[in-house]
Amino acid sequence: MSNIEKEPLFSARNIKLLTTPLGDSNPITVQVLGICSALAVTVYMKPALVMALSVMAVLAVSNVVISAMRKLIPGRIRIIVQLVVVATMVILVDQFLKAFSYEVSKQLSVFVGLIITNCILMGRLEAFAMGNKPWPAFLDGIGNAAGYGLILVIVSFFRELLGNGSVLGFPIIEKIGLYKLGYEDNGMMLLPPMALITVGVIIWVHRSRNKDLIESK
Amino acid sequence: MEHLLNIFIKSIFVDNMIFAFFLGMCSYLAVSKTVKTALGLGVAVTFVLLITIPVNFLLEHYILKEGALSWLGEGFADVDLSYLSFIMFIAVIASIVQLVEMIIEKFSPQLYNSLGIFLPLIAVNCAILGGALFMQEREYSNIAEATVFGFGSGIGWMLAIVAMAAIREKLRYSNVPAPLRGLGITFILTGLMGIAFMSFLGIKL
Repeated sequence: MSNIEKEPLFSARNIKLLTTPLGDSNPITVQVLGICSALAVTVYMKPALVMALSVMAVLAVSNVVISAMRKLIPGRIRIIVQLVVVATMVILVDQFLKAFSYEVSKQLSVFVGLIITNCILMGRLEAFAMGNKPWPAFLDGIGNAAGYGLILVIVSFFRELLGNGSVLGFPIIEKIGLYKLGYEDNGMMLLPPMALITVGVIIWVHRSRNKDLIESK
Repeated sequence: MEHLLNIFIKSIFVDNMIFAFFLGMCSYLAVSKTVKTALGLGVAVTFVLLITIPVNFLLEHYILKEGALSWLGEGFADVDLSYLSFIMFIAVIASIVQLVEMIIEKFSPQLYNSLGIFLPLIAVNCAILGGALFMQEREYSNIAEATVFGFGSGIGWMLAIVAMAAIREKLRYSNVPAPLRGLGITFILTGLMGIAFMSFLGIKL
């Protein structure tokens, strides 16, 4: 064991774990993970932010737990073990939200529970936590949840701004006075299909800036 | 009877799992490349939903809900275990999926091979857990309603994935802008299909 050099906590490799999920390997637009919940909670920014933070808490902690237990988990039943760890964390987050911000918890409705089956969790646990030490796993969890949160915030920003004329509940369009000039909110943006189209456009912009990600035909 | 039919139609068209709630998007995006595998996965999801929703309904009504344990005796009348529902639902789902996997492997190895990794992943398909959670939230009053809801949601999901696969098969012959190819165009198409499905809003039999 002596030949393993002690790696500094924030070595270049670890920093990379934190930053690549924001762009080049973004969980939503590149890895195609966790789309299920990402779209439904993005009507307004506040629930989107709460959702992103919840996912971050669950993903970071369960990544660390699974990574710490990775040598003890028998291969055949690993999915069940992962589900139990994740479900426990989600129950904690759900109870916490119900206690401290009941309104948002009602808005998110079933989607807090659906963090359990959020593909980001299973994807990262399988792909990263099962084969790495707790500290990199923790960073990987934070990084991926941040990448997920970034897309959530972008999508919900546009949907709330264009659909409801506000940002984080602040009626920005009304304050500027655009309504008097004949501007009207596009109610369509608040409906489910526009979430998909917004994400589609984000993917389009992302891939036209980063040619490596373009899929071959 | 009419009431049940109403729930059925509503869960297929109005509250479609994919177009209204985005549930099960991960496998929807990954498996919708050919109609045949899409149909296979659709059938598997419908089957799993049809079984897990009634089972979870019984679990909810006789064990988890507030006061549900009163059949055990007076002392249990005010026990509320609803905070355990996530973990109980997912355990039921995971074991039933395991069962379905074994049955398909035995009786249709061909389907088993073509579904590949996605069969075990049904356990973590949001549509299945989402169905259970919606069943809990909407408080269906008896098991028939819950079963019909589960079956309808499954059919709706299958309809969506098969339609998407059919479109993607045709899409191969069209010239999509390079950055939109694959994932991007699929998202936008799903959005357009969702807009079309919105015309079913307000249908009541």
